[in-house]
Amino acid sequence: MVLVLALGDLHVPHRAADLPAKFKSMLVPGKIQHIICTGNLCIKEVHDYLKSLCPDLHITRGEYDEDARYPETKTLTIGLFKLGLCHGHQVVPWGDLDSLAMLQRQLDVDILVTGHTHQFKAYKHEGGVVINPGSATGAYSSITYDVNPSFVLMDIDGLRVVVYVYELIDGEVKVDKIDFKKTATMHA
Amino acid sequence: MLPDGGADDEERWLAEGIAGVQQNAFYMHRAVDSNNLKDALKYSAQMLSELRTSRLSPHKYYDLYMRAFDEMRKLEMFFREETRRGSCSVVDLYELVQHAGNVLPRLYLLCTVGSVYIKSKEAPAKDVLKDLVEMCRGIQHPLRGLFLRSYLSQISRDKLPDIGSEYEGDADSINDAVEFVLQNFIEMNKLWVRMQHQGPVREKEKRGKERNELRDLVGKNLHVLSQIEGVDLDMYKETVLPRILEQVVNCKDELAQFYLMDCIIQVFPDEYHLQTLETLLSAFPQLQPNVDIKTVLSQLMDRLSSYATTSPEVLPEFLQVEAFAKFSKAIGKVIEAQVDMPVVGAVTLYVSLLTFTLRVHPDRLDYVDQVLGACVKKLSGNAKLQDSRATKQIVALLSAPLEKYSDIVTALELSNYPRVMDYLDNSTTKVMALVIIQSITKNTACISTSDKIEALFDLIKGLIKDMDGAQDDELDDDDFKEEQSSVARLIHMLHNDDHEEMLKILCTVQKHILQGGPKRLPFTVPSLVFSALKLVRRLQGQDGDAIGEEVPATPKKIFQILHQTIEALSCVPSPELALRLYLLCAEAANDCDLEPVAYEFFTQAFILYEEEIADSKAQITAIHLIIGTLQRMNIFGVENRDTLTHKTTGYSAKLLKKPDQCRAVYACSHLFWTDDQDGIMDGERVLLCLKRALRIANAAQQMANVTRGNSGSVALFIEILNKYLYFFEKGIPEITNTVIQDLIELIRTEKQSDNSVADPSTEAFFASTLRYIEFQKQKGGSLSEKYEQIKTT
Repeated sequence: MVLVLALGDLHVPHRAADLPAKFKSMLVPGKIQHIICTGNLCIKEVHDYLKSLCPDLHITRGEYDEDARYPETKTLTIGLFKLGLCHGHQVVPWGDLDSLAMLQRQLDVDILVTGHTHQFKAYKHEGGVVINPGSATGAYSSITYDVNPSFVLMDIDGLRVVVYVYELIDGEVKVDKIDFKKTATMHA
Repeated sequence: MLPDGGADDEERWLAEGIAGVQQNAFYMHRAVDSNNLKDALKYSAQMLSELRTSRLSPHKYYDLYMRAFDEMRKLEMFFREETRRGSCSVVDLYELVQHAGNVLPRLYLLCTVGSVYIKSKEAPAKDVLKDLVEMCRGIQHPLRGLFLRSYLSQISRDKLPDIGSEYEGDADSINDAVEFVLQNFIEMNKLWVRMQHQGPVREKEKRGKERNELRDLVGKNLHVLSQIEGVDLDMYKETVLPRILEQVVNCKDELAQFYLMDCIIQVFPDEYHLQTLETLLSAFPQLQPNVDIKTVLSQLMDRLSSYATTSPEVLPEFLQVEAFAKFSKAIGKVIEAQVDMPVVGAVTLYVSLLTFTLRVHPDRLDYVDQVLGACVKKLSGNAKLQDSRATKQIVALLSAPLEKYSDIVTALELSNYPRVMDYLDNSTTKVMALVIIQSITKNTACISTSDKIEALFDLIKGLIKDMDGAQDDELDDDDFKEEQSSVARLIHMLHNDDHEEMLKILCTVQKHILQGGPKRLPFTVPSLVFSALKLVRRLQGQDGDAIGEEVPATPKKIFQILHQTIEALSCVPSPELALRLYLLCAEAANDCDLEPVAYEFFTQAFILYEEEIADSKAQITAIHLIIGTLQRMNIFGVENRDTLTHKTTGYSAKLLKKPDQCRAVYACSHLFWTDDQDGIMDGERVLLCLKRALRIANAAQQMANVTRGNSGSVALFIEILNKYLYFFEKGIPEITNTVIQDLIELIRTEKQSDNSVADPSTEAFFASTLRYIEFQKQKGGSLSEKYEQIKTT
């Protein structure tokens, strides 16, 4: 059982002061094996905070990130899954699943994680899974109205990944989960 | 007082003294064991004679004394047995010991027998005690006298005629108990003070040190007084405190006064202090000028502050005795009297008083303000503070209300608060500003009126703009970033649900941050922009401007503010950031149906792109942001839309590197197609873009052939193929399955050509694209039909 935290679009300090307190109390160091971050942290302080939660931290560049050295895309293998990471402002139209599916094919990954729209999405197609963890701080988005703070925790176990989405709605943390199983034919 | 000997000599004398004690004790024990009273007395007297020495320092004398003390306990037991046995009556024994040759051993023995006498109850305790305390006057040597009286105090402790004690005599014997202890105390203090004046002047410091070592002997008496059951508040008020204070004042000794005042405060209960506050405070001006009154006063206030927090029931007491008024007055007097008091001392006093006030009268903001005002008065006339300790105290002073009142708005109501801050030097002002901001963000309290925000910005002005004489160059880059990020965060805490008020807030914030200069704007402008955009969205939700209604808060008005604010970034300059913000505003204007406003924002963004963004990487990101934003616009009429898309595709084709051009151009294809029925669905122009992208990809391929000798990556073609598939599915008639098939063949050809370099990621991309086609064939319905003809093998 490998736990992967997926989050992004925090936009600290331009659009939000900090992660919601309820999220912060849930995210404790030592429990998570990997963190993948879609980008737009935006400052080093957030980077350091995420690093303190888990040293294996992967970040892609959002258009407001202070650190210009983050890559545009990143791929990594966790267990039997290949994951792809990209902020998503590079993929036009923004939030369009077919265009994102193209990126998924291009990176050749089972799970593609992108952000930018600040709206949680988990979408399965024959090519794999596309996940958008939303905005961990509920930051303003020109694309999505009424953004609820959210993040995703993936539990990767063999050929199966369970995606838990945590959303802060009206002050309460609501959890939902979605199961995905990787079929052997995904990669010929 | 001590002969010039040196430490080694002292060690020797002590050793000799101890030997003497031990030796005589040995014989004394032998006498005791054989019930030989006479010998016991003889040897004990000899033993006690060791205490007649003048050669030891207080520390060493104490050592010797303790050994003798232990031996005397055994002797006392012997006396008790003897008197009980009847071999000698206690009265006779009392008489007998007075025959000892030297006065010091005589008195020690007398006290010891006195203890037995009291225990025997053959005489009232008060009589014996009175006799003993008088007799001890026989020793006027300070050190020896102190220890002798200390001995008396120790053995009499449990034998005082206290209320409820077995030695309580007739009525009012409590007075005798108190009188006894008071007497002993007074005499001990006199001896202690006398030590100061003995010996040469050059040894004054040494004497002070030695006196300090002995102070607890004197203080013990006060402790005993506090433990006497019968000393209730009335007795304390009428007798005990006045007598003690009398001695303290009259002894005119700096060391004693400081120690004893502190002792009184430590030893007696807080309720007593509260009820005798007037008396206690009136003693201060009577003390010697060099006594550190402020420390004692601070101690007193701190103790009473703690007392106030123990339970709410005690608070009314404070009000009843008008504690605050008394303290303020007392402090005022002290500061006035001690003109040379350094600033740090005065401020420390005010910190104590403020802590006291916050605990005892938290609801009395006027008191809190008063304290701050008094502090300002003391500080006025001085330039900004240089003393770091004083500065620290001021920070403590200012932080106290913040901690107490978790709502910053309360602190903002203290009129003297900003005035105190004015006396801080620039860097401390900034430190304090950060403390204030932290307090706000920690308590997640919103500040919701523009006048409060105005006051707040006045307090944190050190962070908002360059202060006169500020050396900003000294500040570390990282520190500066942290500072400004704090300010950025703060802006999010400034909020009001009422739109008019919120607009005022935005204007206030804008006014202040625009004074920040090029270094600060990149941090603060974005926060303000997003705050404003949130307001726009809230206004959007309501039915817009009704004609005839005077509604100042309109999206249009806010866009004006936004425009102004983002424009300020040109002085930094920060074109990339400004471009992003303009695009966001364009989107927001789009959602508000304000076509001209949206167009204007795009214009500004394009100007920045053309004139200010020269870096190729920056251009690529910028162009994709422009494309992405423009793609979502539904407000533009045909003309405006055409102008903007034309410009955008133009920029895309002019990017430096061919692959980047290609990608930007095929991204532009989405500008001509939205899934929205009312939106644009121009298949022809989509195709134009895709074909153009294909041409560029070809050119890129050829260039790579020429320059690198290999055919470069086929990736671009595969990407374009994917885009063709996208629009193929959308149903653009010009994109037939033949077109798709041709592209697939083209890619195959390119891959197999002699010059091509096999690239695993491109292979995988192609493979997954073909897999996708096969999937689509399985989907059924019109989709399957479309894909039916396409062969992937």
